[in-house]
Amino acid sequence: MTDAALFALPAPVPAVQVCVHCGESIRGADDSLFCCAGCASAHAIIGAAGLGSFYRRLEEKHAHRPVPLDTEFASYARPAGTGETELDLLVEGLDCPACVWLLESLLARNPAITRARAHLSTRRLSLRWRGPASDADGHVGLVAALGFRPAPYDVVAVAADDDREARELLRSLAVAGFAAANVMLLSVAVWSGHDGSMGDATRTLFHWLSAAIALPAVAYAGRPFFRSAVAALRAGRTNMDVPISIGVTLACVVSLHEARVGEQHAYFDSAITLLFFLLIGRYLDRRARGRARHAVRALLALTSRSATVVMADGTVASRRVDRLVPGDSLLVQAGERVGADGVVSHGRSALDAALISGESVPVSVEPGAKVFAGMVNLGVPIRVRVTATGERTLLSEIVRLVEAAERGRSRFVAIADRVARAYAPVVHVTALLTFLGWMLLGGLAWDRALLIATAVLIITCPCALALAVPVVQVVASTRLLRSGVLLLSPTVLERMASVDHVVLDKTGTLTLGRPELVDSSGDGQALRIAASLAAHSRHPLAQALVRAVPDAAALEGVIEHPGQGLRHGDVRLGSARFCGIANREDDGRPELWLARPGAAPVRFAFADRLRPDAAEAVAALQREGLAVELLSGDRPAAVARAAAEAGVMQWRAETSPAGKAERLAALAAQGRRVLMVGDGLNDAPALAAAHASISPATAAEATQNAADVVFQGDALLAVVEILRVARRADRLVRQNLVLALLYNFSAVPLAILGAVTPLIAAVAMSSSSLLVIGNALRLAARAPRREVR
Amino acid sequence: MDSLLILVPAALTLGLLALAAFLWALRNGQYDDPDGAAGRILFDDDDE
Repeated sequence: MTDAALFALPAPVPAVQVCVHCGESIRGADDSLFCCAGCASAHAIIGAAGLGSFYRRLEEKHAHRPVPLDTEFASYARPAGTGETELDLLVEGLDCPACVWLLESLLARNPAITRARAHLSTRRLSLRWRGPASDADGHVGLVAALGFRPAPYDVVAVAADDDREARELLRSLAVAGFAAANVMLLSVAVWSGHDGSMGDATRTLFHWLSAAIALPAVAYAGRPFFRSAVAALRAGRTNMDVPISIGVTLACVVSLHEARVGEQHAYFDSAITLLFFLLIGRYLDRRARGRARHAVRALLALTSRSATVVMADGTVASRRVDRLVPGDSLLVQAGERVGADGVVSHGRSALDAALISGESVPVSVEPGAKVFAGMVNLGVPIRVRVTATGERTLLSEIVRLVEAAERGRSRFVAIADRVARAYAPVVHVTALLTFLGWMLLGGLAWDRALLIATAVLIITCPCALALAVPVVQVVASTRLLRSGVLLLSPTVLERMASVDHVVLDKTGTLTLGRPELVDSSGDGQALRIAASLAAHSRHPLAQALVRAVPDAAALEGVIEHPGQGLRHGDVRLGSARFCGIANREDDGRPELWLARPGAAPVRFAFADRLRPDAAEAVAALQREGLAVELLSGDRPAAVARAAAEAGVMQWRAETSPAGKAERLAALAAQGRRVLMVGDGLNDAPALAAAHASISPATAAEATQNAADVVFQGDALLAVVEILRVARRADRLVRQNLVLALLYNFSAVPLAILGAVTPLIAAVAMSSSSLLVIGNALRLAARAPRREVR
Repeated sequence: MDSLLILVPAALTLGLLALAAFLWALRNGQYDDPDGAAGRILFDDDDE
């Protein structure tokens, strides 16, 4: 494959020619090197810039086929002083070092561009050029012409706060690591000198040195814990950070006193090493979740589009969806998404409302009909007069429902915090009793008693306990990320593990949510001809035909009549009227007709089909002992059919968004822990009301925001995989907690008796942490059996 | 014990230098794109 793409040599088996640019097989009999005009011009641009070595550098990857730019970028650009303009782009397809090199080199050829920097990990391209913001579309157009898909980075940049927090954690980690290593060097010297080979003065010097390193480091690196502990105490709660903060602070204070009076033991190393271990766990946890959130935002950024506005003088302009105002007249082409809520002013068409209501049969609209943002036009171009934007749209209505439902769920308390709630008081009381016991009964001086009490706090300071949960979560989410599953909520694995009831949405969840060819009245020959015509259109139905016959050759000279059909000589593919068919049966399904001279017209019917593994996934869920239920906004007949095919016994149809949320509330009232899987805007409130929720990556934006987990790809088995991983992760978390507690309970008596020296504390702390981490890694060891992507 | 007077400050200085270098690299954005940096080194301005 690669060789053919590189040198344009005929492949050894002369069956398939591949495009020199994108590597797709070329449809058509001619000996063209490219699959389409877009690839040819991309290749020409790269060649003209003298960057032809790009194709050699791609290694086993391929460039992407260019698609026309349909967003305007000028309004996203911002001035950057002295006549320069800046723009950040999210670039889909920027996934190999060669792509970074190509983009940067090519953009650098333009003397107006002063800065072009591509980031591979975040797929971000920072552009800066001399000139006005209106040049943006030209620069971005070049990126698009190469086969990359640019989108404004703004949507992704909402995560900037996460970024700053991760960075602060990393800085703290660096400081703690430096201090821990150096204090430990000094401490090892002190410990090996306990047999008397080290003089008292030297030991005290070493203690002071340790203090000089450890105290500033603790003050700096401990901030994330101190902040969280203070916040929790202020709210009248306690969490794992409270015992950590108290333990670390007390260890430092007591050790300072020890150094001052020249005593043998100081716990500076314990305090800083503890922070170091904990920061590792916290940093990894934050990064795994940040990456998942970034991926979801990137998905959403790529689907956000501009709308085409018809101006008063009849010209059209493209405008950002969030800049539309009521009264604007939108032109919605076939295959396009409606940008805002409105009323149809011209044209009759069929709109796919699956994402809004869950209904699988397209809605017919005529002038005066209401349409909502997110519907897809399946028929002829229509004009829509915008009636509501922002706060008053259906979307914001749904978002309000989601917020209401989420307030109900925020009561969930993570297991680590539940343990901490019970654990922290016990620890503090034990330490206090130890202190009082040694002072009052044991007759020790207050500082000796305090030293022993501190040892108790350090030994019980839940290093392993605080690592037990995050490490498992990091391992689990990394494993799921690899199979295209993104975990968005920190407590989702835990909630997922206790699920006993699964509610599925139909359209887009149980089904693919896009039209697929289900019925054809003609033979394979007719289908092949239709597909080779359809290859020229981006209309959803035409693309479904192409998917049905992926290897059909595209015909040359096909003319598209927008909203009507495609014509190649006398052969027509399109609506019944376009093909001249008068009396036709109408079963409500979207259809295409193929009319050929001398042959009976052929009808292709489309419907939303079940995901290929839907029945298998449902069966797997039922085998795991979960009740499965189907809840849909669609008509009863369609829901009943889908339920029967997928093997779901229990189903409800024609449920409104609020009705879905109510059903979930009713289930919750019965004590069920419900997992909701849905993709439509109408599912969003139910997703937020559920105990845990999953949505596919094709879902509406508000829906993905309401969900805990987003999965990519067509396989519904991902849901089963998520549940399995969640259950295993839950088992491991519990094992880890038991391990950590066992270790604590066996070491505490030693500490109470005053037998724990700093050396023993350090060994015990490190070994228990390693034990917990090792246990968590068992989850990663079993590789996923199947890549979902 | 005189050696300690040299060795301990020397060890600490080296450690601090490493820490400073790391923090500088972090602030300089060198950890922003580890995957890209790994590939970038392979092809540099050798256009044909």
